[in-house]
Amino acid sequence: MTTASPIISDLGRRRSPGGFDPRRLREEFPIFASNPGLVFLDTAASAQKPRTVIDGIADYYRNDYANVHRGVYHLSERSTDLFEEARQKTRAFLNAADQDEIVFVRNTTEAINLVAFSWGGSFVRAGDEVVVSDLEHHSNFVPWQMLCERGGGRLVMAPTDQTGEFDLTHFEALLSPRTRLVAITHISNVTGALLPVARIVELAHAKGAKVLIDGSQAAPRLPLDVQALGCDFYAFTGHKLYGPTGIGVLYARREMLSAMPPWQTGGGMIEQVTLARTEFQEPPHRFEAGTPDIAGAIGLGLAIDFVEALGRENIREHEADLTGYAVDRLSRIPGLRLLGAGQRQLGVMSFNLDGVHPHDVGTILDQHNVAVRVGHHCAQPLMDKLGLAGTVRASLGVYNDERDVDALVEATLAAREMFR
Amino acid sequence: MMDLRELYQDIILDHGRHPRNFRKIEHPTHTAQGHNPLCGDRVTLYLTMDGDHIADLAFEGRGCAISTAAASLMTEVLKGKTVAEARELFAHFHARVTGGEDSPLPEPLAEEMERLEPLTGVKAYPARVKCATLSWHALEAALKGGGGTAKTE
Repeated sequence: MTTASPIISDLGRRRSPGGFDPRRLREEFPIFASNPGLVFLDTAASAQKPRTVIDGIADYYRNDYANVHRGVYHLSERSTDLFEEARQKTRAFLNAADQDEIVFVRNTTEAINLVAFSWGGSFVRAGDEVVVSDLEHHSNFVPWQMLCERGGGRLVMAPTDQTGEFDLTHFEALLSPRTRLVAITHISNVTGALLPVARIVELAHAKGAKVLIDGSQAAPRLPLDVQALGCDFYAFTGHKLYGPTGIGVLYARREMLSAMPPWQTGGGMIEQVTLARTEFQEPPHRFEAGTPDIAGAIGLGLAIDFVEALGRENIREHEADLTGYAVDRLSRIPGLRLLGAGQRQLGVMSFNLDGVHPHDVGTILDQHNVAVRVGHHCAQPLMDKLGLAGTVRASLGVYNDERDVDALVEATLAAREMFR
Repeated sequence: MMDLRELYQDIILDHGRHPRNFRKIEHPTHTAQGHNPLCGDRVTLYLTMDGDHIADLAFEGRGCAISTAAASLMTEVLKGKTVAEARELFAHFHARVTGGEDSPLPEPLAEEMERLEPLTGVKAYPARVKCATLSWHALEAALKGGGGTAKTE
């Protein structure tokens, strides 16, 4: 199998706060060679893929492919080893205590739905409360709304203030012995705000509530330690972490998983099946019914190798530095309003131009080869709260540098000029 | 790369900034909402029908320059038209913005179509076609009755 390390170690360790040179790193991402001039600022929606991930998946299919956990033959054992090695890499990535606490799913959405149906279905009863924030992506909002509709629980919204900043005091006041779960994002996919998740876990646990953290935006940007955080569930997706689509991760503490019934049932997750009853396997296999996305998991493992080779502290530094630069440059554009300005932001920025609809800005940016996301970013409760139809969102990855931000600024000025 | 000015022609920018018939009709005979779930744009369309003729129509809502200009131009060209003429114009307009086949229009309608021509620049921007057709979908919904919501998705 191809490994990331030799290629990465070769890349410029000079310059730049992250200790790597994003411009040179781009050579590892074939998309940039295929699309010359592309200014890609939509990593929060999905990251581009390094060669090691793309080639590694193809290599696996060429050289090592067979179904997992089934065969007695060598090839199947090798495939199983690679699959389980990816689980081990994921465990280390999160600093989970045990690899059995890592469940492979399709994406963050599926991870959260798994918890909502399995754990929520068993432990959230009529009168119980689930607390979410109004910063949540729909994937960490709708499953809880549906759970409460099914079981008579109550969905409680921890509000942000008028600037979109999470209000910790207000949040604390909402907690009560009825609170069963707090489901909260680690980094907002709209404003890029970093939430005080460690404090949130402390406060929730003090009331006996469990905590699920949506790490979709944090996993590609921050060093993570679920044991230090103390959260009960942590969910993230592979495709935003420079890995393939179709693979995501649910981390859950062992005692949580042990108490949870299966969600989907079928092959690959059973101990014994008779006409009368079925006994299920222990976690994590109990939650992985059917043939999993083996190549996806292996690809995720390679993406983790890639990220670890760059160094996660380096990535954080790179993103923090570039976010600071972007916030500074964008703020100087007259009539531009940046969401969450003044908060601790990382890697994601949303803004509006006075009098110009985000869709029009997006089209003009696209004509300048600047790829951003426009719209409500699957966060309609937040848009409603802020009274916005949508925003223009620029988000960063390891391959971005100041020149990308400059291109964004230049294109935004052109949009402003056109709609003057 | 297509010149952006072909999409954002002066007439579009003008109608986007200063939409015509941008108001509420207090007692409409027909009304409907248009909603583009993709971008959150909403338009509410009000019609006053006089027999088979559109005596008055107006709209409210928020949207991008394209969708606002499209709604504005639509209200201008449809005033005084019959339902059949409105539908014929929509079919023609739809074909023009999606790059589909269109058949020749009778003379008076062909002139109205000329006025909608600036909007057909969207056909080079597939993601924006729905912005140009949102208000027309709302019109369809309004004519069908029931005060429903037309969705572009």
